[in-house]
Amino acid sequence: MKYALLAYNAAAADQRGPIMPAIAEALERSKVKSWVRLQHGESATTVSSPDGKTLLTDGPFVDSKEYLGGVIVIEAENLDEALAFATELQGLMRSGGALEVRPILEDR
Amino acid sequence: MLEDVFRAEWGRVLATLVGSFGDIELAEEAAQDAFAVAAERWPRDGQPANPVGWLITTARNRAIDRIRRDRAFADKADQLARELVDHSEETMDETMQFRDERLELIFTCCHPALALDAQVALTLRTLGGLSTDEIARAFLVPFETMSKRLTRAKHKIRDAVIPFAVPSDDLLPDRLDAVLAVVYLIFNQGWGEGRVDLAAEAIRLGRALAELMPDEPEPLALLALMLLNDSRRAARFRNGELVLLDEQDRNLWDQGQMDDARVLLRRALAQHGKGPYVIQAAIADLHLETPRDWGEIATLYGVLAELTRSPVVEMNRAVALAEVDGPEAALELLDELPLDDYRYFHSTRADFLRRLGRTTEARIAYGRALALTDNDPERRFLEGRMLELEEAAWPSE
Repeated sequence: MKYALLAYNAAAADQRGPIMPAIAEALERSKVKSWVRLQHGESATTVSSPDGKTLLTDGPFVDSKEYLGGVIVIEAENLDEALAFATELQGLMRSGGALEVRPILEDR
Repeated sequence: MLEDVFRAEWGRVLATLVGSFGDIELAEEAAQDAFAVAAERWPRDGQPANPVGWLITTARNRAIDRIRRDRAFADKADQLARELVDHSEETMDETMQFRDERLELIFTCCHPALALDAQVALTLRTLGGLSTDEIARAFLVPFETMSKRLTRAKHKIRDAVIPFAVPSDDLLPDRLDAVLAVVYLIFNQGWGEGRVDLAAEAIRLGRALAELMPDEPEPLALLALMLLNDSRRAARFRNGELVLLDEQDRNLWDQGQMDDARVLLRRALAQHGKGPYVIQAAIADLHLETPRDWGEIATLYGVLAELTRSPVVEMNRAVALAEVDGPEAALELLDELPLDDYRYFHSTRADFLRRLGRTTEARIAYGRALALTDNDPERRFLEGRMLELEEAAWPSE
């Protein structure tokens, strides 16, 4: 089973440093299939088409203090295994923020 | 009686089917089919020697047939189910003893990834065999809402792959706490006109847990606690009026049930149980002694407060302390607690104030409690207390 771990945080743009060594190490494990770090939410542009016409908006789709800071794709036997890994990562993060664990829809 | 078998065995049958097919909806449909066939055949042909085995085998056969015939069903069925279909000739024997998988089922239903109200509803539906309508009525929620809640929970279990398993040792303590909390919540939801007897359902669940985890003290203690409380239910109301513990007719107490509860509590204590349910059961037992050892009760509430950090527990400790040190000291403790939305906080304050002769403040506190009360017997009790205070303040000539 694959799961996406969506890492949300509220850190200001200038507060985001390099990945902490402990986290970098965790991301090297074989269960981690891929990962990306995203720039601060303010750097986003949203493309939508609410009335049929394409609309560009400055900022992320969801307007909140927390923004999506990264996505990690992992392989796990079941939700408990995915949650164990997410719990470990969350413990390593600086305070605040959260990890949303969502199962990946395999069949296209 | 088929009804009794149904009630007693639904959970067992469903649990094994969920284990086989990995999908609760599929398991439910299969179980319903099997019970329907039983309802038709057993009155005619007599009950089989192994009713559970018969039901599980029949249900599995039905599910396998459907998986073979019906594309949509086959898509629902997971790897496990497909293996079962492939090996069905080898495994179908209705005299087989099937492993009791109810523990796996209850831990699945009470998984922290599910919202609490979903845990409660799913536990009642799968282990209790209550209908969606019965659960909706018991929790005073529209049928549609409860139906969606249950469907969402079942789909979450399937889509996120919540494992059908008893949690590993490192996770077990927290997960067991969650299961016990759900059962106790169901017990406290109580019962009322037209509603299903949730207290009885909770006790049934508690018995199953105690049976399936005989070496864990907390499930034993929870069952003891529920049995102790339940054994007094005939004495709690007289002509629709609330009767406090000290005024209850002890002849109406179910002595046999109380004795059973005490046996369970002793077993839990013999296992060195020190958890919150052991303490609560011990406190419940102490409350039944005459005269009450308020000092001991206060001490135990203190231990419980340390464990749970619950302001309600602190409040109960204050009540016990009032009996030992008087209401003045207890009132001071009470006033530090953040329980402004809790009706029993106000009724407790009112009682202390009343005993201290602070009548006006007591009436105000009873008023606050009344505003928060949601049932008639309590309302009448509180109004009665207020009336007594008024009459004391302004005695009629």
